[in-house]
Amino acid sequence: MAASTLKIENLHVSIEGKEIIKGLNLEINGGEIHAVMGPNGTGKSTLASAIMGHPKYEITEGSVFLDNEDVLEMEVDERAKAGLFLAMQYPSEVSGVTNADFLRSAINARREEGDEISLMKFIKKLDGKMAELDMGEEFAQRYLNEGFSGGEKKRNEILQLMMLEPKIAVLDEIDSGLDIDALKVVSKGVNAMRNESFGCLIITHYQRLLNYITPDKVHVMMQGRIVKSGGAELAQRLEAEGYDWIKEELGIKDETVGQEA
Amino acid sequence: MSVDTKIAFDQEYIKAYSEKRQEPKWMAALRLKALEKSENLPMPKPDKTKIDKWNFTSFKHDVAGEAISSLEDLPEDVRDLVAKDQESGNLLVHRNSTPVFSQLSNELKEQGVIFTDIQTALQNHGDLVEKYFMKDVMKVDENRLTAVHAALLNSGTFLYVPRNVEIEVPIQALYWQEDPEAGLFNHVIIVAEDNSSVTYVENFLSYGHDVESVANIIAEVHVGQNARVTFGSVDNLAKGVTTYVNRRANVARDGKVDWALAQMNDGNTVSTNTTHLIGDGSYADSKTVTIGRGSQSQNFTNQIFHHGQNSEGVLLVHGVQKDSASAIFNGVTKIEHGAKKSNGEQTQRVLMMNEKARGDANPILLIDEDDVMAGHAASVGKVDPVQLYYLQSRGISRQEAERLIIHGFLAPVINELPIEGVRKRAVEVTEGKVN
Repeated sequence: MAASTLKIENLHVSIEGKEIIKGLNLEINGGEIHAVMGPNGTGKSTLASAIMGHPKYEITEGSVFLDNEDVLEMEVDERAKAGLFLAMQYPSEVSGVTNADFLRSAINARREEGDEISLMKFIKKLDGKMAELDMGEEFAQRYLNEGFSGGEKKRNEILQLMMLEPKIAVLDEIDSGLDIDALKVVSKGVNAMRNESFGCLIITHYQRLLNYITPDKVHVMMQGRIVKSGGAELAQRLEAEGYDWIKEELGIKDETVGQEA
Repeated sequence: MSVDTKIAFDQEYIKAYSEKRQEPKWMAALRLKALEKSENLPMPKPDKTKIDKWNFTSFKHDVAGEAISSLEDLPEDVRDLVAKDQESGNLLVHRNSTPVFSQLSNELKEQGVIFTDIQTALQNHGDLVEKYFMKDVMKVDENRLTAVHAALLNSGTFLYVPRNVEIEVPIQALYWQEDPEAGLFNHVIIVAEDNSSVTYVENFLSYGHDVESVANIIAEVHVGQNARVTFGSVDNLAKGVTTYVNRRANVARDGKVDWALAQMNDGNTVSTNTTHLIGDGSYADSKTVTIGRGSQSQNFTNQIFHHGQNSEGVLLVHGVQKDSASAIFNGVTKIEHGAKKSNGEQTQRVLMMNEKARGDANPILLIDEDDVMAGHAASVGKVDPVQLYYLQSRGISRQEAERLIIHGFLAPVINELPIEGVRKRAVEVTEGKVN
């Protein structure tokens, strides 16, 4: 599979009439892992939701292309079928639908009618991935995210990532609420996905996750834009020194959206 | 303008019809009296649903159903309704109200079980039928439609289970309205004598979306002391059929009734499911699933009346409303004075799939006794757009996402339906309605 490119240009996103993202540019290629960091309220999760097509977010300007395809023209399910994936910060619970049935529907949605994955093959793959993530067998038959703890939900997001094998994945605060063991498990899952044809955007405000998943590029978001980019060392500096030095450097008083310098 | 709800049948017609069916005199008299009463009785008034413009008069009353020589003669979709283990079991098939297939194992016959169509029962077991026909459970003069039902009865089943007889396999009755204009006035009587047990499953099926007809259905269930009746139904009548259905049970001491109702009609429907827990320690469990679609209007009342001490009733209703369908769900738990230590629980959940769909849940607890337990939970909500987004973000189409959510919403009830055949059929009909 050839490497894909997700190209975001001059993206502006509003929610309920309020602009949150104000001209954001970012390019992610297959084989690369990017991290977007930044304090709360700077538009990080909005970026993730906008890429996937969350119904509440309105794109007012700019473009998002996956290779040559205009992502913003696509329905949410078409985006997924084109190769995008979003591990959500707050995954929905769906009562009455088992994890296994849901995953099979999702896999088969990507395949032609008549070419559905065989049950045996599906179960084998599911068992394998669940074992990698230290998930008990019972998770296959539990209702989708219903009654899952925060950590279980995050693991379940990564399970879906591994089962669906997207071209480009966005992980929205996949580390929040995880203890160190769960963090290691989740990181192991993401690292297992690492290859030339898989691109990933990790959104986090803790450097901690990046100790386990080394990013190729690190970006800092403030006031709805990327204000600084660098390599893995940038994340380490943020961990050591916080964000104030960037604010100082750029003359930003309040980094949250709506508080212009 | 209100539609005329008087039926166009006179005394002569009813008399001749009863004679043609070789009914006992008491039945002919009962029909005539009912016809007379129907002229002055008021229409039923379901809470919050206007039925004054619904069709209750346009239908054909006496439609012949062609005989079949074996189940193989049935069209595939009808034959599919016959549970697999039923092909050699206990089965009654009606075609346009005419009984065309009837089978009861010798073993059950020898134990004194009667399972036959209502016409044959009236001919062969007239006295027994008279004892139970619209006497204690239902009354002829409850409203105009119950009277019309008695006057025009043209179909039904009589199931009698003697004392101490326990029937393991479900008994099934199939009501297939092949002619879309054929009106159905179906009367089921189930008598489970003391210490007996039986499972009865009924399927209603019709076609024809634009042809008007009427179904006026009554089921009367007598549950004796320490007897157990499990009653399953899959209603699947077409869009043109207006349905008025009453399913009601009286339960004696330590008796138990389980209702498993998949109410999947496509036409306007008023349904009442009632249990009177008369004896001490009696028990009722009533589960209903329904999907409304198109522009249909429905009214469901599920109610349990506690008369006996230590009686226990559980109501569970899950309804999905699609398109511009509307439905009212009334859950009634009534604990009468003296029904000490009784417990009544009810849950109603309604899910609306879009802006135009309407659903309303009315939990009603009426308690005239201090020493009881009672509880209710009701929720009415629109499908969560974020939930749809979540499913779609994995590549699942909007339609498939809705399908999963509907199945998931109904699953807690469907999975608990006590009869496998009803469970399976409920899933199939659900599938047909969500795609």
